[in-house]
Amino acid sequence: MKKILSLIVALLFATQTFAQNVVVVTSFPKDLSGKFKAAFEKKHPNIKVEIVGKKTTAGIKYIQETKSNNTTDLFWASAPDAFEVLKGDGLLQKYTSKAKGIPSKVGSYPVNDPAGFYTGFAAAGYGMMWNKRYLKANKLPVPSQWSDLTKPVYFGHVGMSAPSRSGTTHLTVETWLQGVGFNKGWALSKEMAANFKTVTARSFGVPDGVNSGDFGVGIVIDFFGLSSIGSGFPVGFVYPEVSTLVPANIGIITNAPNKKNAQKFIDFLLSTKGQETLLDPKIRRLPVNPETYSKAPKDFPNPFKDKSIGAKVKFDVNLSKSRYNLVNSLFDVMITYRLDELRSAMAAVYKAEAKLKKKDNNKARALIQEARALIAALPISEAKANDAEYNKIFKKKRKKAKDIEKYKGTRQAEVEAEWDKIVTKNYSTAKKKAEQALKLL
Amino acid sequence: MFRNLFLNSTSLIIGIFLLLFLVIPIVQVFYVSFLDVNGDFTLVNFSDFFKNQLFIESLYNSFYVAFFSVVLASVFALPLAYFTSRFNFRGSVIIQSLGFIPLIMPPFVGAVAMKLFFGTNGSVNLLLDQYFGFKIPFMEGLNGVIFVEAVHYFPFILINLITSLNNIDKSMEESAQSLGSKGFGLFKRIVLPLSMPGYIAGASLVFLKVFDDLGTPLLLDINNMLAPQAYLRISSIGINDPMGYVIAVILVVTSILAVWVAKIALGGKDYSMLQKGGGGMIKREMKPRQKITAYSVVGLILFLVLSPHIALTLLSFGTIWSFSVVPDAYTLSHYKSIIFDNSIFIKNTMLYCTIAAFIDIVLAFFISYIVLRTKIKGRHLLDYIAMSAIAIPGLVLGIGYLRTFNAFTNPLDDKPLASWWFMIVLILAVRRLPYALRAANAALMQISKFLEESAESLGARKVTIFRKILVPLMTGGLLAGFITSFSTATVELSATIMLVSTETDAPLAYGIYSYMQTAAGRGPGAALGMIGVLIVAVGTYFSQTIIDKRYKKTGETENG
Repeated sequence: MKKILSLIVALLFATQTFAQNVVVVTSFPKDLSGKFKAAFEKKHPNIKVEIVGKKTTAGIKYIQETKSNNTTDLFWASAPDAFEVLKGDGLLQKYTSKAKGIPSKVGSYPVNDPAGFYTGFAAAGYGMMWNKRYLKANKLPVPSQWSDLTKPVYFGHVGMSAPSRSGTTHLTVETWLQGVGFNKGWALSKEMAANFKTVTARSFGVPDGVNSGDFGVGIVIDFFGLSSIGSGFPVGFVYPEVSTLVPANIGIITNAPNKKNAQKFIDFLLSTKGQETLLDPKIRRLPVNPETYSKAPKDFPNPFKDKSIGAKVKFDVNLSKSRYNLVNSLFDVMITYRLDELRSAMAAVYKAEAKLKKKDNNKARALIQEARALIAALPISEAKANDAEYNKIFKKKRKKAKDIEKYKGTRQAEVEAEWDKIVTKNYSTAKKKAEQALKLL
Repeated sequence: MFRNLFLNSTSLIIGIFLLLFLVIPIVQVFYVSFLDVNGDFTLVNFSDFFKNQLFIESLYNSFYVAFFSVVLASVFALPLAYFTSRFNFRGSVIIQSLGFIPLIMPPFVGAVAMKLFFGTNGSVNLLLDQYFGFKIPFMEGLNGVIFVEAVHYFPFILINLITSLNNIDKSMEESAQSLGSKGFGLFKRIVLPLSMPGYIAGASLVFLKVFDDLGTPLLLDINNMLAPQAYLRISSIGINDPMGYVIAVILVVTSILAVWVAKIALGGKDYSMLQKGGGGMIKREMKPRQKITAYSVVGLILFLVLSPHIALTLLSFGTIWSFSVVPDAYTLSHYKSIIFDNSIFIKNTMLYCTIAAFIDIVLAFFISYIVLRTKIKGRHLLDYIAMSAIAIPGLVLGIGYLRTFNAFTNPLDDKPLASWWFMIVLILAVRRLPYALRAANAALMQISKFLEESAESLGARKVTIFRKILVPLMTGGLLAGFITSFSTATVELSATIMLVSTETDAPLAYGIYSYMQTAAGRGPGAALGMIGVLIVAVGTYFSQTIIDKRYKKTGETENG
């Protein structure tokens, strides 16, 4: 087999080879990676940076699949969870940069992996961005808190990505769950989701939708909002109170062919020049070096000064990690895949509530309350969602049978089908109750 | 003796090629769907699929969208094909080339552009709202997917139909006319049946492509269809849910069924013509009123199908385009910013796709010959395997390539084989082989066996028959196959994104994709897209002219 393959290969065309000095797999867009590549190569003219752009998920898959014959030096992406996955697979190696002036925490989150496998170089937090023209045309108020987005006026005007699609979106959902509590957090998520126009498959789909005016408000990571402003779009951005800051990271891959250069690249990211590059109008990410903010444009958020940014929620990364896939799956089952059902149930509730305001009726009020409770209801308890044994159903690696004792033989697909049944039934019953209430009014 | 040896060894080589670059990578991925938590064989995952309401709904939606995309695509393609090949229509070549252009835009770019025009707050709806106070939900839900897919893939029907119509021999029509047939009867008896292989070939391609298309539903945020479900489950962070792979298996099985149904539809009828190359149908002059109708129908269709390109053009020259009918102002800066450091993307794309499309037509020629003209054992298997490539989500094939070829080292540079640029060429060739194969099959079906048999009885050897009869007569079909494979390969992203290991090896679609991920990158990304579209369009135009000239020439010499 190998012989045949080599033969075929040898018969084919001659290849070009390129001098590679440091190979970086990154989820960052060209606007960011290109700027850093240019700046780094200027400082180290004899080192060439090879950028390999892949979505975070594809990047992880790529590094996992190529580990037997690794050519990648660095993995460079936003979500710490992605690095946790690689770390868990033993695909990262330790490195601690000697760069000075970097505090140990940004917001309430540690800048670097405490175990030393990856390094934070910029901070990012979640918030809301909106299109000014859109809000004006639709006569919508500018939102400032998550709870604003649950108001009926925003029905059909909000967009968000799914946590299973984007690591940073996952952090937002987890922030809600940790910030206001598991059950309340899900209720909040669903109330906002009822106003969604769409759940985008790519995280960039959200700023794209807001920038082009496809929908009015987007739940996005800060740099999407800030760089859209920087690029001239008629949009605004705000951090709500319940938010958290997390670092964007870089880590050296196990068996990196150019380890020395990889280390130099990390050092460069943390250097004065590297940190200032983050302020570029097309990049606009929060530097982790507090001194860099003196060079920032006016109105640029500074988490080291403005302690309200990302300080409210003490983000528990271990809790987040322990139920990572379960939360994603729950969000998809309840929101992403059942958005139409959720919206039509909530639309019925809005309609009944609007009428209730004009003419009160106890029975109708009770029905509406029941409907809202049904919409918020979860197919699973908090205790079960946090149960380590239960979470094993959703684990990525197929473990041996003895690893899954309590829920032996239970499959994720089975669980999801069950959830789906409960959720769709809840939504349709909620809709019916709201319609009953409407009839009473 | 030599004849059999030649054909047998050719089938063997093709078989090995397909085994190495299609079957093995897929099996590497597919076997996951048959594993339980312990890694033992099971079918329980499939029963899970049919127990899940969401999956059933997705399956239904995929069928629904695929079917209506074929219907809408036919509505676009039939008038264009009919008017331009039936009548003396000015600018036929231009129209046929323009009609082909939608294929050469990456679906994700197309969806972005279509949203700017037809979205809830796109240009059309903003205008409608301003002047008439209502909006049309072109892009909402499954309708949006159908609309974008039909615009994107209708050229498959168009190109196959035109090729078929051009292959109809004038004499067939003339004989029918001399026997008293005319008007609709003539159309029904002669034109319709004879153009059927082309139409079915195109329609089944559209069906298959839409059925497993990922980019469009994803960009329109439609999740409850099969391909997005498979993709979302396979590519979710840190999850290895077998359901994604189960869905991939179901996609493949369904597609193979669709190919089979298309075969039955053509059901053993003989579509071949003894005479060949009679310059297509008799071209007629239109009456003035017919002309006006025809031109306005063609104009409207062209506007619809070219709207993504119009929007993309505006985007590439526009500064800020947000909640407005057209961009706020215009600039050349996007073109300036891409022209210097992105020529590598264009060069790579041209190189990869030319080689890939060439591999495709060579393979397609031999496969269709082996399937339609020989009795070699397992020939249908060869056809089915080659065709099944169309049903493999690019992402799955990409992962399969990584799994299969990463373990081998490329003797040329001592790096993993999977990271070698030629693997991108191979994956493109495999992914686009079905297009070339459909075209070759349709072309070969129209050539009567008697031509070869008489040559053979006169002592011609197989190679001579290939060279003197089949290749010249099939050139139109093969060239059509080449163009289809080539230009659709230029926009491939889902498979290549898994294999690109350095930016210097990346093709154009990948470059556009990485631009399109930033707020400031939309303009430059659009500019890069425009350049790609232009290059391929010019190429297509020239090939089209060559086909047309060829037909005219052969028509003249044979009839004159």
